[in-house]
Amino acid sequence: MSAQNQHSPHVILRVVSKILIPLIALFALYVHFHGDYGPGGGFQAGVIFASAIILYALIFGLDEAKRAVPPSWVRICMSLGVLVYGGTGVATWMLGGQFLNFTVFAPESTHASGQHWGIFAVELGVLFAVTGAMVAIFYAFGSRVPELRDEDW
Amino acid sequence: MQIMSLFPEWILSHGAASIVVVPLLLAVITALNPSAKLAWATVLGVTALCVFTALGLLLQVMSYGPIHYNMGGWAPPLGIGYYIDGLNAPLLLLISVVAFLCTLYALPSVIAEVEPKKRGPFYAAFLISLAGLLGMVTTADAFNVFVFLEVSSISTYVLVAMGASRDRRALSSSFNYLIMGSIGATFFVIGIGFLYMQTGTLNMMDMARLLQEIGPGDRVVQLAFAFIVIGLGLKLAMFPLHMWLPGAYAYAPSFFTAFLAATATKAALYLLLRFTFTVFDPSWDYIATAVMILLAGMGIAGMVAASLQAIFQNDIRRVLAYSSVAQVGYMLLGIGMATTLGLTAGYLHMINHAIMKGALFIAVGAFWYRFGITQVSDMRGLGKTMPWTMAGFTIAGISLIGVPGTVGFVSKLILVEAAAENGWWWAIGVIVATSILAIIYVGRMIEKAYFKPVPQINDRPVLRNEAPLAMLIPLWVLALASLVFGIQTEWLTSMAEAAAQVLSAGPNTDVPGGAYVLPKVTGGH
Repeated sequence: MSAQNQHSPHVILRVVSKILIPLIALFALYVHFHGDYGPGGGFQAGVIFASAIILYALIFGLDEAKRAVPPSWVRICMSLGVLVYGGTGVATWMLGGQFLNFTVFAPESTHASGQHWGIFAVELGVLFAVTGAMVAIFYAFGSRVPELRDEDW
Repeated sequence: MQIMSLFPEWILSHGAASIVVVPLLLAVITALNPSAKLAWATVLGVTALCVFTALGLLLQVMSYGPIHYNMGGWAPPLGIGYYIDGLNAPLLLLISVVAFLCTLYALPSVIAEVEPKKRGPFYAAFLISLAGLLGMVTTADAFNVFVFLEVSSISTYVLVAMGASRDRRALSSSFNYLIMGSIGATFFVIGIGFLYMQTGTLNMMDMARLLQEIGPGDRVVQLAFAFIVIGLGLKLAMFPLHMWLPGAYAYAPSFFTAFLAATATKAALYLLLRFTFTVFDPSWDYIATAVMILLAGMGIAGMVAASLQAIFQNDIRRVLAYSSVAQVGYMLLGIGMATTLGLTAGYLHMINHAIMKGALFIAVGAFWYRFGITQVSDMRGLGKTMPWTMAGFTIAGISLIGVPGTVGFVSKLILVEAAAENGWWWAIGVIVATSILAIIYVGRMIEKAYFKPVPQINDRPVLRNEAPLAMLIPLWVLALASLVFGIQTEWLTSMAEAAAQVLSAGPNTDVPGGAYVLPKVTGGH
């Protein structure tokens, strides 16, 4: 961090958010994987994960955030999410079941572990798609050039 | 049946889901694909596969009866069921065929109208819109309908807005459509919410069964019906709710206008039919009244008012857009009669209108592609400068008027028969009068094209400049279809009759997963 930054009024915000951002991302993964046993899942986790990136953009600026998470990645992330979700369905087709019939992943299981694995894969897709979509929406609104610049008021 | 052996068994047993899933997943891959050519090839392949699947499903429905498909193996009413019968199978084929023909036409048209960077995403959005429409038509789950309605609508707003590189007015039209479309979707989902509140189920057949138990006196169900009819009325451009339509049709990229005009309002009309006749009970008093007064009444009003407005437009696409509102009026009039013959007429006109309007909008796109023509007054001499395109336009145009030997005549004739059967003689008068109005607005364009001299540039007449083959083929397939099915009427009419049979049979309470017991409400109500 340069000398100028150290004296900027945002120094506390920067330091605190630098500590918090990895924790937020970690918490997102916790909410995601704990969705199997309690409240949580891909959608909530995706929003929390995206909020970590959005916090980074708010504190360090949009350009900095776009360097860390390029918009092209965001687009791939969104599409990948849908593909993981749909691909799970295609996999169940390949195994001879109906679309998204997860039982075919473990037909012999007595405690429905096929459903378990299926939901796991699908939720992973939701995580990718929601994270991507949230960040993409933020980038889209954040990148808008204001019609009137702030100094012109 | 011999022809069924042409289709792989997998397509027949999983087609109900794959016809929606394949376009949706390939849309995502297309969105990542940087090459516009490759994206176009993907769309062509997907739409061809959809046509094949839809044909297989239609034949299967015709030979073995309705298809039930349980998503994820969960039987309705717990799971989401897909259901295909005589009412939606022809519509699936119609949407797929129109999408395929429009894709052929898209290759030159998109290059001319959409910026290079946006072409890949444009095709991706088109596939999402297609998947949404097919999903709306296939699903038997009321909330799933709403999801697909939004999937197709949101991608449609984007696609309409992409016309902005040709005409900036596309942006305001798209915004207008977004507001109106969102209000329509909101009303629809409020209606579904009320129905869910009263029945506790989202599966359409289960809902129909429980509504039979609840009976016609329930105020919440009445309110739900009102919300659903108005919501879908917005989506299908029922007369006073059609204000979004002319702008959206006039300024969208011409490839998408052709697709939109031929399919989007049809899918919404299908939902109106599905809900009014097979979920609610058309024999209930308020539904019978709403069908007769609201649908037929608004249909008549739309036929007259929109036809008159079409006459006074100068933009070709606005003329055709107002004519679309008028044609929706014919369909609603047929449905409003609520007899088997009336429903046959309405359904048949829905299919026929898609064929005619698809051809007309494709031809209009070709006029713009070669000469930049958008105004009726600029159509002078098109009969000489673009003879094949103009001939296709003319065939579809006279079909729109309802000249004998074309599809437009077949459905109007059945509509007149149905009106006579009901003793609605005034309706016959209106049908004839609006057909005369159609002669004026179509004739105005044909007269300019054939009887006005070719315009002069630098004292020399404009040379002949025919549309490329990729535009002529889909145009002529649709134009010939409107001639062939106008003479060989048996095939389309029998399909429409089968659909009308489904509707006349009343509420469909055939829940595949077995009946679901209405949870008992305890305490205050």
